[in-house]
Amino acid sequence: MSFQGKKNIPRLTSDRLIIKGGKIVNDDQSFYADVYIEDGVIKQIGENLIVPGGVKTVDAYGHIVIPGGIDVNTSLQAAHLGMNPADDFYHGTRAALAGGTTMIIDHVLPEPGSSLLAAYDQWRDIADRRSCCDYSLHMDITRWHEGLAEEVEALVKDKGVNSFLVFMAYKDKYQSSDSQIYEVFGVLRDMGAIAQVHAENGDIVEEEQKRILELGITGPEGHVLSHPEEVETEAVYRAITIAKQANCPLYITKVMSRQAADVIAKARKKGMVVYGEPITASLGMDGSHYWSKNWAKAAAFVMSPPLSQDPSTPDYLNSLLACGDLQVTGSAHSTFSTAQKAVGKDNFTLIPEGTNGIEERMSIIWDKAVATGKMDENEFVAVTSTNAAKLFNIYPRKGRIAVGSDADLVIWNTKETKTFSATTHNLTVELNIFEGMECRGYPVVVISQGRIVLEGGQLNVIEGSGRFVPRKAFPDFVYKRIKARSRMADARGVPRGNYDGPVHDVISVTKSVPSTPTTRGPQCPGKTVMAAGRNLHQSGFTLSGNQMDDHIPRRTAQRIVAPPGGRSNITSLS
Amino acid sequence: MAATEDVPAFFKNMGSGSPKPRQKFCGMFCPVEGSGDSKTLDFDALSASGRSVTPGGRVIEKQGDISRPKVEIRHTTGKEALQNIHDKSDRLLIKGAKIVNDDQSFCADIYMEDGLIKQIGENLIVPGGVKTIDAHGRMLLPGGIDVHTRFQMPDRGMTAADDFYQGTRAALAGGTTMIIDHVVPEPGASLLSAFEQWRQWADSKSCCDYSLHVDITEWHKGIQEEMEALIKDHGVNSFLVYLAYKDIFQLTDSQVYEVFSTIRDLGAIAQVHAENGDIIAEEQQRILSLGITGPEGHVLSRPEEVEAEAVNRSVTIANQTNCPLYITKVMSRSAADVIAMARKKGTVVYGEPITASLGTDGSHYWSKNWAKAAAFVTSPPLSPDPMTPDYLNSLLSCGDLQVTGSAHCTFNTCQRAVGKDDFSLIPEGTNGTEERMSLIWDKCVVTGKMDENQFVAVTSTNAAKIFNLYPRKGRIAVGSDADLVLWDPDITKIISAKSHNSEVEYNIFEGMEVRGGPLVVISQGKIVLEEGTLHTTEGSGRFVARKPFPDYVYKRIKARSRLAELRGVPRGLYDGPVCEVSVTPKTLTPASSAKTSPAKQPSQPVRNLHQSGFSLSGRMSSPLGVLCSGAQVDDNIPRRNTQRIVAPPGGRANITSLG
Repeated sequence: MSFQGKKNIPRLTSDRLIIKGGKIVNDDQSFYADVYIEDGVIKQIGENLIVPGGVKTVDAYGHIVIPGGIDVNTSLQAAHLGMNPADDFYHGTRAALAGGTTMIIDHVLPEPGSSLLAAYDQWRDIADRRSCCDYSLHMDITRWHEGLAEEVEALVKDKGVNSFLVFMAYKDKYQSSDSQIYEVFGVLRDMGAIAQVHAENGDIVEEEQKRILELGITGPEGHVLSHPEEVETEAVYRAITIAKQANCPLYITKVMSRQAADVIAKARKKGMVVYGEPITASLGMDGSHYWSKNWAKAAAFVMSPPLSQDPSTPDYLNSLLACGDLQVTGSAHSTFSTAQKAVGKDNFTLIPEGTNGIEERMSIIWDKAVATGKMDENEFVAVTSTNAAKLFNIYPRKGRIAVGSDADLVIWNTKETKTFSATTHNLTVELNIFEGMECRGYPVVVISQGRIVLEGGQLNVIEGSGRFVPRKAFPDFVYKRIKARSRMADARGVPRGNYDGPVHDVISVTKSVPSTPTTRGPQCPGKTVMAAGRNLHQSGFTLSGNQMDDHIPRRTAQRIVAPPGGRSNITSLS
Repeated sequence: MAATEDVPAFFKNMGSGSPKPRQKFCGMFCPVEGSGDSKTLDFDALSASGRSVTPGGRVIEKQGDISRPKVEIRHTTGKEALQNIHDKSDRLLIKGAKIVNDDQSFCADIYMEDGLIKQIGENLIVPGGVKTIDAHGRMLLPGGIDVHTRFQMPDRGMTAADDFYQGTRAALAGGTTMIIDHVVPEPGASLLSAFEQWRQWADSKSCCDYSLHVDITEWHKGIQEEMEALIKDHGVNSFLVYLAYKDIFQLTDSQVYEVFSTIRDLGAIAQVHAENGDIIAEEQQRILSLGITGPEGHVLSRPEEVEAEAVNRSVTIANQTNCPLYITKVMSRSAADVIAMARKKGTVVYGEPITASLGTDGSHYWSKNWAKAAAFVTSPPLSPDPMTPDYLNSLLSCGDLQVTGSAHCTFNTCQRAVGKDDFSLIPEGTNGTEERMSLIWDKCVVTGKMDENQFVAVTSTNAAKIFNLYPRKGRIAVGSDADLVLWDPDITKIISAKSHNSEVEYNIFEGMEVRGGPLVVISQGKIVLEEGTLHTTEGSGRFVARKPFPDYVYKRIKARSRLAELRGVPRGLYDGPVCEVSVTPKTLTPASSAKTSPAKQPSQPVRNLHQSGFSLSGRMSSPLGVLCSGAQVDDNIPRRNTQRIVAPPGGRANITSLG
């Protein structure tokens, strides 16, 4: 390196860093080496590196160096009833960095009926100005119609979005019908994007909410009572069925219950390309607090799907995460202050939904899964970072410590513990759902874009420094299998001669069942074609009143064994 | 046996007096030499009138087996016979039968009169001039109950080829003495009028007792009242909803939830045609666009998962509503597995495989012969997996599936040909009412999967219990209807369209050899099948009314209803600051989801109760409130640091100042 010895390079740019003495942990192996970083990119890995002078040295002795976490699910800007989350892109990403997460993928939630691109631009605008770490965006599809296909294509091809979420819940608001979901999945598969699903049966939830409110239950416990576990499980099952039909890769956001996780695990065993994302809350807590006498505390836990009441759930989900049945972790971070939650003080259905977790995610997983021996440090890197990067096609730029990768690194203290509390967290909300939880493992130093943002417990973030990370379509990790299956899945018809026998006449006027496709059932835009198809062969001709009697002699007289051709007494039927 | 107690003292010492000696050497299928001898009272000697019962009459020849004693039906001769014809009280005595109920088998004589079983036991006292059947130790089963038929079903102006006459005739020929047919009202039509229409058709044509399920093809308040009327006044206790047939019969999940709640309150059984209609509609479009128009497109567009998904969904909804669930037409392994698993978790759910799914697989959809392939078209389709029939029979044997139907709904080839260029137009349904009993015997009992008692349970008793017909139907007991089948376990028969009693040109079981079949079928105390000859009377079938709240099903449901009361948490009122919310820009046209059901409107006001028009948040709520969010967050920061809400906070000036 020719720079060595030259002192004229200003130290303060701090663009050059060397991390010494740490154990580098990737998802496949761990090894001892130094890492040299320049211009936000990892330039060298190895021992006895030749680096320029004036390089800041970070001491990582006794700690592990891991790729920065990727939080795959945040909603830092999604408004609820006109209220914006208490933690916006600035506070959210700041807390993320404090917890060792150096990239987030936020959900763009367009108003139903409005343009996806407009919403995308708005999110980009806010995030570019406010975000402190790199970010990317998922797009939520809140109301599907054919016209959206073009916008989806534009987003995938030009805007770097390769994941779209559909809602099976939030009836009359965001919910899509099965037909719509099928169509969305078909479009996404063709575009090479990943279909994400918020899996809850909105129809049942709404009915249950009505019932629970009628019973006079208005507190936050009504939320969990009206969102039973089966309803989540059912939706996961249905989403998988539809994805199987559409041959589309599926990604279940917010896996909150044992049963839902089981359905995903089982589907994977059957060969489905499906991924499950448990979140900080479901990995760290159960739903017993919904019954807290303290309304504000109970309300702080309100989210959908709700936390399971079964206290063994976090343990179980951690086990599935460790064994690979679940693959990625998010936080679904979306916080509202107590005053905002209090909008639903007399009606739990109005409580804005969401919990914190962006800051606590890495520590909780370390404590619950690695410290307990369920997974090793490599697996930890996989579920907090690498798998997400592979799935969403930002690997190896993110999710790996390798030459050429982004310098998003975390020096992780594996031994000491840290206690979560609303008094010390970096969020704006008054309550932390993990209040008082003591977790082993926390970040000592966090490096984002080659810059130290956390050191010695001090956050040093720059608002607006986060870059948008575009993601390309057709991630290999996901689409290799999908492509192979598409090639195999050609359905073929049976070559037959034309049926030339008698054909019964159908009257469509009185009896016709398909003549009443009106009022009911979700009508989706592409459907009308079908209805026309069904009536093709109907004629106005009749006789079927006495058809039954006509048939009796025919049957006894002669029997059709092979497709019959010209038989006079059959054709004479009409 | 209750009947034996009715025997006067002076007869007690006659005959063997106990079934034990006979049981000792009476094997399952082999009648014992002379076993019938000591069982019939010699009324000539006893009765004062001195009527003579003359043996003789006709003898039923069995196929093949000559070594075994034949079943004999003896008729009274001369005057006595005429008398019987006149007073129409068909008196019948079956001697030496092995009576098989779902709980036990035993040998006894059985005497019936006026269509009812009057006595069971040994050495019965029966009046003279009684027609007597010598069963020679053969099994006497309760007549089968076919829980699912669609005779005479209208479809786009066509009517199913087998109407109530031919259908019930075929049923009787196969050993089924009662059917439960589905009333399919046109969407938009009244349930009651459709019910009356079906009653009229069936009353005039049916040859065996029947009852009716009513299908809910649309959902609104009026339907609810009609359901109530049907249950209270018309003897219907089961309603079917469709999760398939999009834009025709299909109901949304919300509607299904409401239907189930109604059904539970009324004490009926919720039946479900389980297939995801949305996916099917999309798949049909896709398959047709691929240029596949033949019957194989039917099975390609209705994959197994789509059935299992819908079963899973209906189980979930039934769990939520605490409603007993009954899945009609279980056609695939995965659907059956979902039911079995739900039962393990405690759901009150029943599964009904049908003759077609128990007897054959879906490979014929790929037949080069269009007419043959089309004959198999039914929904859900037969599974192409050849292991399916075996698997379903196993689940039926172990109790994971409980009842069997036929879903008999047949169409002629020329009717099917309506869909010759588009498989989605092929009228759906297969035959099976005649073959059901024999087929299950052959697949389950002969192979040792189940015993004869279980056979009775799945073909008759369970259905009677679930649909509240028990013990009138489904059991051989004093006071039960005289619907009986004398079963020959060894008879073999080749199923063929040439010999079946159905109207259609194709039998989907064509060429299948089954062992076991009815020798004599007795319906309403009359012999309707003997010597392979049917003696049916058109219109003799009675409508059997079914009461709500069947014990077999509802005992558990009731207990759960009592337990399931939910309680809220008693808390003080939250008196802290509340964020102001503006509603107006948010409320969406519920158009996106055409899934709104008629009963939905009332809920709307509830949800909006606490929303005020006040506000500020016009700003904040601008969907992506760029401007305001900045401001709000900044306001929050100092607040958080200075004071923390641990308990519900009261009057805090700087929070309210937010607005």
